Amino acid sequence: MRLIKDKTNIDFLSASRRRVAISVSIVLVIVSLASLATRGLEFGIDFTGGVLLEVGYPQAANLEDIRSNLGAAGFDDAQVQQFGRETDVLVRLPPQPGSEASEVRVELQRVLQAGGDSIELRRVEFVSAQVGSELAERGALAMVIALLMIFLYVMIRFQWKFSAGAVAALAHDAIVTVGFFSVFGLPFDLTVVAAVLAVIGYSLNDTVVAFDRIRENFFSLRGMSAEEAMNISINEMLARTLITGITTLLVLVALLSLGGESIAPFSIALIVGIIIGTYSSIYTASATALALDVNAQDLIEPIKDVSDIDDLP
Amino acid sequence: MNRYPSWLNALVLAILLAGCLLALPNIYGSVDAVQIADNDGADFDEVRLEEFLRVVEGAGVTPEAAYLQDGRVVIRFESTEDQEKAGERLRGQYSRDANVAMTLTPKLPEWVRGLGLSPMSLGLDLRGGVYVLLEVDMATAIDSRMALYQQDFDDRLREARIRHRVDLADQAITIRLTRAEDMQASRDIIERADPDVLVADGTDGKSLTVRMTQTQIQDRQNFAIEQNLTTLRNRVNQLGVAEPLVQRQGVDRIVVQLPGVQDPNQLNKILTATATLEFRLVDQSGDEPGSRRYPGRSGEAPQVLKRQVVASGDQIIDAKAGFSEGQPAVFITLDSAGGERMLKTTMDNLNKPMSSVFIETRRETVMRNGVEEQRTVKIEEIINTATIRGVFKNSFQITGLTPMEARDLALLLRAGALAAPVYKIDERTIGPSLGQDNIDRGFNAIKIGFLAVIIFMVVYYRAFGLIANVALFSNLVFIVAMLSFLQASLTLPGIAGIVLTVGMAVDANVLIFERIREELAAGSAPQSAINSGYEKALSSITDANITTLIAAIVLFGVGTGPIKGFAITLMLGIITSMFTAIIGTRTIVNFVFGGRKLQSLPI
Repeated sequence: MRLIKDKTNIDFLSASRRRVAISVSIVLVIVSLASLATRGLEFGIDFTGGVLLEVGYPQAANLEDIRSNLGAAGFDDAQVQQFGRETDVLVRLPPQPGSEASEVRVELQRVLQAGGDSIELRRVEFVSAQVGSELAERGALAMVIALLMIFLYVMIRFQWKFSAGAVAALAHDAIVTVGFFSVFGLPFDLTVVAAVLAVIGYSLNDTVVAFDRIRENFFSLRGMSAEEAMNISINEMLARTLITGITTLLVLVALLSLGGESIAPFSIALIVGIIIGTYSSIYTASATALALDVNAQDLIEPIKDVSDIDDLP
Repeated sequence: MNRYPSWLNALVLAILLAGCLLALPNIYGSVDAVQIADNDGADFDEVRLEEFLRVVEGAGVTPEAAYLQDGRVVIRFESTEDQEKAGERLRGQYSRDANVAMTLTPKLPEWVRGLGLSPMSLGLDLRGGVYVLLEVDMATAIDSRMALYQQDFDDRLREARIRHRVDLADQAITIRLTRAEDMQASRDIIERADPDVLVADGTDGKSLTVRMTQTQIQDRQNFAIEQNLTTLRNRVNQLGVAEPLVQRQGVDRIVVQLPGVQDPNQLNKILTATATLEFRLVDQSGDEPGSRRYPGRSGEAPQVLKRQVVASGDQIIDAKAGFSEGQPAVFITLDSAGGERMLKTTMDNLNKPMSSVFIETRRETVMRNGVEEQRTVKIEEIINTATIRGVFKNSFQITGLTPMEARDLALLLRAGALAAPVYKIDERTIGPSLGQDNIDRGFNAIKIGFLAVIIFMVVYYRAFGLIANVALFSNLVFIVAMLSFLQASLTLPGIAGIVLTVGMAVDANVLIFERIREELAAGSAPQSAINSGYEKALSSITDANITTLIAAIVLFGVGTGPIKGFAITLMLGIITSMFTAIIGTRTIVNFVFGGRKLQSLPI
C-alpha cells in the first residue's frame, strides 16, 4: 500500500512558499506569545502550590451544591469541576498558609460529605508554594539544557546552520504547543512539561532525518542549488514523515481517549506538538537553514593541506 | 547475500530469551502475604524463618509458601483470613524489633524466585499510598548546636571565675567580659573547649565573637539530616507498611513513601514522636530504693538500674562510630554539664557497670480482633551495658560491639538525641481504586494503541510490516524486562512514555522500509535493495535516536517526580527499540529472505 505516490515533486521550499510558511509560523508564535503574556497559563498545583482533591461520589455529583457547601465552610476560592466521569469531582484550592495539611483534609472531607453521601477520596495533594516554584524553575531549566545539548549535537554531526534551523524549529514547536494550552485555557501541569520535552525530542527526530537526507543529496546531486536539493530531499522523505506521524498519533489518540483524565493534558500536548513538529521539520527547519544561506560547501570537511608533508622515502 | 552467521542468529535469540525471562515475573498475579523485616536492618536467616513459621503454625494457619528475600521473611497465604490471623499473631510477638507488614506479594513459582527475579515495582500513583516531602529545619539545627556551645562556654567561664555575659544571635555567640585582662584566658578556655570554632576579638577589646566554621556548619547539617533519616526510618518501620521508603533528597529534604497507606495522619503521628537516651548505673545489689528493671534490646541482657540519671540524650552533642585500639567503638561527646556529672560518676564508680538506655515514645499498630489499632507506647530498652574502666568526662567511648553494632548504636544515639524539626512541604495521597483505575486505563491505552499500529503496519508493509510488529512486541517485552531488572518504579507518566515509544519505535522500521522501496523503485535487485536499505537508513536512525536520547537524559537528570518516571521508560524504550528495530528485524529478514533468489519483495 502507498499513502502517496512513489515520486512526489511538491514545491515546499521556493521563495514564495517559504514566505507563506514563515508568515504562518510567525503568526502562530506571535499569537502564542501574546496569549502567554496576557492570559498566561492555567497552572496546576504542581507549580502554584495548593490543595487538590479528587473525589468519587456514589452517584452523579451536583457541582453547585458542592460549591455552595465549600463556600459556606470558608473555602470561597475553591475551584470545583467535573473530572472525567459524572461521579468524579476535582476540587482545587490555593495554598492554605498557616493550616496543617491534615486539618484541611479532615475539614474538606467533612464539607464534601455534608450531603450525606459516602464519598471516596481518590487523591489528595498538598503542595507548598515553595515546592511549586522550584518545580517550575526546574522544568524551564530542563527545556533550556535540552535545547542547548541538541544544538551542540547537531552542530557536531552537521554544521551550525543546521543547528540553528533545528533549534529554531524546536523553539517554534515548544512555544506553539505551550501557546495552545494558553489560548484554550487547558490545565498546565508537570506532565505537560514532560510532553513538551518529548515533542522537542520527536520534532528533532524528524528534523534530523530530513537533514540527513539533505546532506546525502548535497553530495549526490552536485550542481543543483541548495533550495532544489533540499526540496527533493523533503519530497523523498515525505512518506516516512507522514507514516511515522500517523502511527505515533494513533497511539496518542488511544492514550487520550482511554488513558483517563489525569493523563489527558499530556496526550493533548503531544498530539498538538507532533502535528506542529511535523510541519516545522518540513518548513521551519529547512527554511531557517536556507535563510542562513546553507550550501554543500558547509558540509564538506576541509581537505588537509598535504603539500608541506615531506616526501616519504 | 543477506545471511547472518548462525552464531549471530543464536545471539539475537539468546538476548530475546533473556528479555522474556526477565519479563516473566510480571505475568504471575499477586497473593496475600505477611512480610517481616528486622527493625535494625539486619538480615534474617533460616533459623529465624523457622521460628516465624512455628508462630504462624501456632495460630493454626498453614502458609502457601515461605522464604527469605533480601534478608526479609515473606510468608504467603491462601486467603486474606489466614493472612490476618497469622499477621496478628506475629505482630503480637515481634512488634518491638521487627516490622510485620500485611501486603500483597507476587505469586512467583520457586524456580523464578530462585533466579532472583522480581516483577516491576509500581509507583504510588499506580498502587495507591502516601507520599510526603519533608524539609529539615536547618536554621534550628544550627541554632540548637550554638545553644549547646553557649551553655558550654558559660559553664566553663564561670568555673574559671571570669565575669562575663553570653548572648546568642544570628548564629554567633558574643561573650562580653567585665575586665579586658580576661580576654586571653577566655580565648584559651573557648579554644580548649572546641579548637575548631572561629573566635574573633571584639572592637571594644572586652568581647569575643564565636562562630562555627563552614565545615562545622555543613557537618552539623549532614548530622541533622542523617539523624532525622535514621529516626524516621525506625519509626516508619513501626507502621507495619511493606516496603516503606525514607530517602534523602537534595541538601535538606527527606522523601517518605508509604505504599498502600490511605491515611496520612498515621505519618503525622510518627513525625511528632520523640526519642531520647539516658545513662544510668547498674544497681548491683538490686534493692536500692527507686531502682527498676529494664529490658534489653535485641540480645542485650536486662538489668536493674538506679534511679539517678547520669546523663541524658539532650546532653549528647555527637556520636560517631569508629575504632579504638582495633576494637569497634562508639565515640560519644557530651556537653559540659553532662561531662561534669560523668566525671564525678566515673570517679566514684570505677569498675562498676553502667547502662545506656534508649527511650522512645512511638505509635504502635496492633491487631485486635482483626482491626488495626493505634496506641502510644513508651519504650525503654538497654542498648549497652559496660564496665567503667577509667575516669572520663565529656568524651568517652563504648566498646565491646561488632562494627555493624557500633555503627547502628552511633546512629541510634544520634537519632535518640535531639533532631531538627521537620516541615511537610508536599503531601500526596492516592487512593487504591484510583491506582487500579490508572493501571487499567494505562494498559488499555497501550493495548489499543499497539493494536492500531500493528494493523496499520501489516496493511502498509505486508510481510515486512509483520516483521516490524514482531520487533515492536519484543520491544515491549524488553522495556518490561529492563524495568523489572532495574527495579525502577513504573508510574502513570511511565506508561505514557511506553506508549510514546511504541509510536516512535516504528519510525526506525519505517525509515528502513521506505529506503528499501526507494531502492526497488530505482531498479535495484531485491537482495541488494534490502542490504542498502538497511545500510543507508542507519545513520538517520542513529542520529534521530541519539538526539531523542539526549532530551530523555536531560529530562531524567533535571526533572522530578512524574517527569523522571516518563524519562526512564523513554530512555529504555529508545535503547531497546534500536536493538529490536535494526538488528531484530534484520535477523528475521535475513532468515526469511536471505540467500534466496527473489523476483520481488512483499513490501
